[in-house]
Amino acid sequence: MIEIQNVRKSFGSLEVLKGIDLTVNKGEVVTVIGGSGSGKSTLLTCINGLEPIDSGRIVVDGTEVHAKSTDLNKLRAKVGIVFQQWNAFPHLTVLENVMLAPRKVLGLSKEKAEEIAVKQLTHVGLGEKLGVYPTRMSGGQQQRMAIARALAMSPEYMLFDEVTSALDPQLVGEVLDTLRMLASEGMTMICVTHEMKFAREVSDRVAFFHKGVMAEIAPPEALFGAPKDPELQKFLAATH
Amino acid sequence: MFSYTFHWNQALKALPQMLDGALVTLQVALLSMVIGLALALALTACRLSGNRILGGFATAWVEIARNTPALFQIYMAHFGLGNFGIHLSPYTALLAGIAFNNAGYLAENFRGALKAIPDTQTRAGRSLGMTPVQAFRYIVLPQMLRIAFLPVTNQMVWAILMTSLGVTVGMNTDLAGITQELNARSFRTFEFFAIAAVIYYLIAKAVTLAARLLAARMFRY
Repeated sequence: MIEIQNVRKSFGSLEVLKGIDLTVNKGEVVTVIGGSGSGKSTLLTCINGLEPIDSGRIVVDGTEVHAKSTDLNKLRAKVGIVFQQWNAFPHLTVLENVMLAPRKVLGLSKEKAEEIAVKQLTHVGLGEKLGVYPTRMSGGQQQRMAIARALAMSPEYMLFDEVTSALDPQLVGEVLDTLRMLASEGMTMICVTHEMKFAREVSDRVAFFHKGVMAEIAPPEALFGAPKDPELQKFLAATH
Repeated sequence: MFSYTFHWNQALKALPQMLDGALVTLQVALLSMVIGLALALALTACRLSGNRILGGFATAWVEIARNTPALFQIYMAHFGLGNFGIHLSPYTALLAGIAFNNAGYLAENFRGALKAIPDTQTRAGRSLGMTPVQAFRYIVLPQMLRIAFLPVTNQMVWAILMTSLGVTVGMNTDLAGITQELNARSFRTFEFFAIAAVIYYLIAKAVTLAARLLAARMFRY
């Protein structure tokens, strides 16, 4: 369970998170929508401790993320994140990209890490690309590799930060299909996205962020069907 | 107008001797590069450490190595340190001077290479649970070495040519030293130095070619 309690965060004088409360249960898929600069991506990087927070607390399965005593490297093995920019490691093959963290962070043997990597890459449809260098693949393929790379750590939670935003339109579908597949397998996910159709389909709940505040959160039928917040109504009108 | 008679035979007779010297030259250059690379990595680590004293030390080293004559650096190692009772042989002084110079230039090459690697690479590694050291070692360092590979090759060539400065501190076993002695005995300056120049040229070319072949094997992406 991920518990986010009254989290505040500023960059300089700009307060990007103004007291966020959100609890995500095991097996739940929560998507976060909202305009640029609404704080949704920042929230994700705070959840796995890549960004510090100013006040409030974030607790993952009983571990307070920003406590001094927390082993963030251990936590990050449990909470996977995939970014808008997939950040393939260009000097490693696709297989090596996925094997690296299981070997170095989890300390797995080469054979075991390879077995896991092949399994995850096959899972995201890249079973034929194991020996290829990522720069020779499309953005969609690289993004799916990044997802397999995170999954190879056997995370219990996955955070997706606008993972289709940097892709050519014709490549968005294959990545969304991968996310749908994960959702249907019961992965606990928080997805920041601009893909409204996707959000409507996969989410248990959808959260709307506006200017650092979670203005509304509801199951997709309610949020898209009968939005209450006036800013959300405007947002939906503009994106439809 | 041109009364000099070439005596190539006399010079060519000394060729085996000069080739022995060339081996010493190559040895000094290679050692100075190995030491220089290790020092440059250490200097880069100092600069990245965020520690002001270590960073300042590394910056001072790089500044001095790159902005003073290599000749002075070798002189300092031999005669300068001698004033403090530290007596280095010509060989050691030459090696120390060139290694010092190499380290400065290589550290600067590494810095440039690091700038070309986006921070998001480190962040991606960290987000997979790697420590900062692991992310540097497995993600940043291999990319840095690849980007810096050609400049490093240039420095290797430069190191080979710099060894000829050893003559000034009494080095007499390397190619330049031997050539200088042969010249002093025979006054066949043009012949001896022309042959030595060809040997330097061939060594430099061979090193460049070897580096290219190595790069083609090592960097497949």
